[in-house]
Amino acid sequence: MTLHRITLRDGADLDGFRKAVRRLVHEELAPQHVVFDVEAAPDLFGGEAAGEASPISLPRSLSEMIGRVVCHRDPERYALLYQLVWRVLNGERELLDIATDPLVHRLELMARAVRRDLHKMHAFVRFRRIRDAELERFAAWFEPEHFILEAAAPFFVDRFRSLDWTILTPIGSAHWDRDKLTYGPPARREDAPAEDEFEDSWRGYYESVFNPARVNPVAMRAEMPKKYWRNMPEAVAIPGLIQTASQRVERMIEQEATMPAKRTPERALEAMWDQEPKTLEELNAIIAKAGPLVPGATQAVFGEGPAHADIAFVGEQPGDQEDLQGRPFVGPAGKLLTRALTEAGIDRSHTYLTNAVKHFKFEQRGHRRIHSKPTTGEVKHYRPWLMKELELVRPKLVVALGATALLALTGKATPITRSRGRAKFGAWEGYVTVHPSYLLRLPDEETKREAYAAFLADLRRIHDLALADPDTGELPLAAE
Amino acid sequence: MKELPVDEKLAKKLRILADAAKYDASCASSGAPKRKADPDGLGSTTGAGICHAYTPDGRCVSLLKILLTNYCLFDCAYCVNRRSSNVKRAKFSVDEVVTLTIEFYKRNYIEGLFLSSGIIRSPDYTMEQMLLVVKKLRRDHGFRGYVHLKSIPEASPWLIEEAGLWADRLSINLELPTEASLGRLAPEKDGASIEGAMAQMHERILESKQERRHFSPAGQSTQMIVGADDTTDADVLRTSAKLYGHYDMRRVYYSAFSPIPDSSSVLPLKPPPLMRENRLYQADWLLRYYGFDVDEIASGGEKGMLDLEVDPKLAWALKNRHLFPVDVNVAEREMLLRVPGLGARAVDKIVVARKHTTLRLEDVARLTSGLKRARPFLITADHHPQGRLDRLDLRETLVEKPEQLSLFA
Ligand code: SF4
Repeated sequence: MTLHRITLRDGADLDGFRKAVRRLVHEELAPQHVVFDVEAAPDLFGGEAAGEASPISLPRSLSEMIGRVVCHRDPERYALLYQLVWRVLNGERELLDIATDPLVHRLELMARAVRRDLHKMHAFVRFRRIRDAELERFAAWFEPEHFILEAAAPFFVDRFRSLDWTILTPIGSAHWDRDKLTYGPPARREDAPAEDEFEDSWRGYYESVFNPARVNPVAMRAEMPKKYWRNMPEAVAIPGLIQTASQRVERMIEQEATMPAKRTPERALEAMWDQEPKTLEELNAIIAKAGPLVPGATQAVFGEGPAHADIAFVGEQPGDQEDLQGRPFVGPAGKLLTRALTEAGIDRSHTYLTNAVKHFKFEQRGHRRIHSKPTTGEVKHYRPWLMKELELVRPKLVVALGATALLALTGKATPITRSRGRAKFGAWEGYVTVHPSYLLRLPDEETKREAYAAFLADLRRIHDLALADPDTGELPLAAE
Repeated sequence: MKELPVDEKLAKKLRILADAAKYDASCASSGAPKRKADPDGLGSTTGAGICHAYTPDGRCVSLLKILLTNYCLFDCAYCVNRRSSNVKRAKFSVDEVVTLTIEFYKRNYIEGLFLSSGIIRSPDYTMEQMLLVVKKLRRDHGFRGYVHLKSIPEASPWLIEEAGLWADRLSINLELPTEASLGRLAPEKDGASIEGAMAQMHERILESKQERRHFSPAGQSTQMIVGADDTTDADVLRTSAKLYGHYDMRRVYYSAFSPIPDSSSVLPLKPPPLMRENRLYQADWLLRYYGFDVDEIASGGEKGMLDLEVDPKLAWALKNRHLFPVDVNVAEREMLLRVPGLGARAVDKIVVARKHTTLRLEDVARLTSGLKRARPFLITADHHPQGRLDRLDLRETLVEKPEQLSLFA
């Protein structure tokens, strides 16, 4: 039988190889009857490319290996790959699992060499700004070991999408104009800029992070082989760093054990620990500066009420009205709360009202902003602020309105029904009841009336509990 | 070469503040979710991280690792930046750090920023300045590269909450493995607040994963200095096991205390051998990926210290010879992982390949570079160590001649 000759394009001709494999498999040509040639501008299979054979299905791991190995410089790569394909299609479907097979092992080593070259290209390309260019433009000269330019370029697109850049190599060039990636002919080193204004700083950085006490050039060369050095601006520093390392260490050791300078700036040290916000205004300024955790809110809505109120009510988060007005409990639920407070004999202006979460979170539906419940993580994000806030208000009784407030006050998610009534929130005396918005959501009038009555009863107890004994300052809590 | 217009002052600061940051071993840029730049933005993350250069100490340069300032009010004895040290000081402005990060990034020098700082004015003030840097990068420059923030445990808890929103990884250095050493060598630090901050970060990282929100998605890491006090390797590893278990640390870094310029007199005079650090890293891997526990690892050495001459797996195997030899063709994966010289990847390949074929010694040789160490402990289709395991000089035949090893291989 005569040898069948396949001619492929110079470089990584994945497409040509794929087509060739289809044909060869179709015609049942065993590897020993096929030779692969490489040419700069092949005359596509001597004209026989016209009729394309139908695709063949290969295991995924094999396709991946082909994709890598075609980039390798070894002229035998196509022949080896075809041997592998042939064996997989002729009874050894699981051949790639046998990493110890000599052919698989050899191809795996080739694939690994290509992956490594790719990785090193991603790492070691150094862009230089093209001076005098009107827009910010960059170019780099790089010498890859294998035919990896096209495999490597998408990484740079993902990373430098907003920049205009060119990578020049001896096997071709890649250019990104912030819109399209195009490939061009091989280039020369002189085509790239010879310097860059940040290279001195970069070299300075590189020199400074080296620790002379741990000099280990073998380990360095294993990861950054010498062949890459000439295109890396920092590499010129290497010989000097190695040469002076032992000297520098000796000098440090000689200098060792100096007496510590007596530097105890008492005032500064004391001031350092005095960093906590001292007033609600200071705390609120910090919250305002941090901005909303979930974007959208108009403003942070802070707590409201006298600084040392007896009762602090903690709700969930500001709603639509609160967000616009910048005050807590002014929407429908807030109005209901105010009414209930009055009926229970509590003067709203004497209490402190706040929310677990300080920003409105919503979903936009048409013109309406629909409240959406904060997640556990979001509630906890605001929790340190709430704790500080209560520390500054120092109420006698802290009331959790609803499950979110309860979560914020205890750090744990617990259902309201099980904990309704008196509670302890850390050091604070507490009380758990429903959120007024719950009353608004109830479907029929009957349950609504009942729930409202229960809520009122809770508020009356809260009122009683918060009445401290004017002499001892103690709550009449033990009396129950 | 022609002089180019460089901001000399900035370059000088960079040298000081990079030098001051280099004692932090962590440089990893891994673990972030894959991201790509927006059409107007800059930066991506690949998941695995990239080392953009290596310095002659064999360490990887991945991030621009700098301090915002090396002025510090604290006085930690092991640190070059402690207030009583006589080093040169400098402070970056927020904009200077942003410029350096962006310009270095555009030239493909780095994967992103690792920002740390000495404590000036107050922990909160310092942390706020660091946050400003990250916010500017992310908001004003659409920067999607990697950001690692070294948080200050003494800062208010809400600042740690905020840090996690912007950074890919947070870390707090434990620095010393025991509370007692911390008290002696770092008087202003407090073990409880360090662990408190770690717990807070851990809790938030878990929640945000469930809620698919961004909070330090690449997790948290920490560092311990080895050799500045008399803690044994076993106790160091016990602390690590606790950190991995309680706070789900991605990495614990070990940094052999090394001579620093203008060193303090309360520190030991001699640095520990670098090999100790190397052995701790190997032991750490055994802990995380090979199913060993601390006591087993410690049993390979003497008096709580690891064997410096052989790696910890080999040390353990030499003292547990009765469990060997192991047959590559039939042994459980767990047992294969305990064979010296066989890495986890080689073991996985063995387990797959042996379903289809019977392995010989030359097959194993294709999968590992540690065959010399593995040989006496292995049975293959054509090999049995016979009496070699019982030989008294087995250890001697396996000790590698001292050569410098790569630390992060
Ligand atoms: S707090 Fe301690 S470890 Fe950190 S920079 Fe200051 S002296 Fe160094």
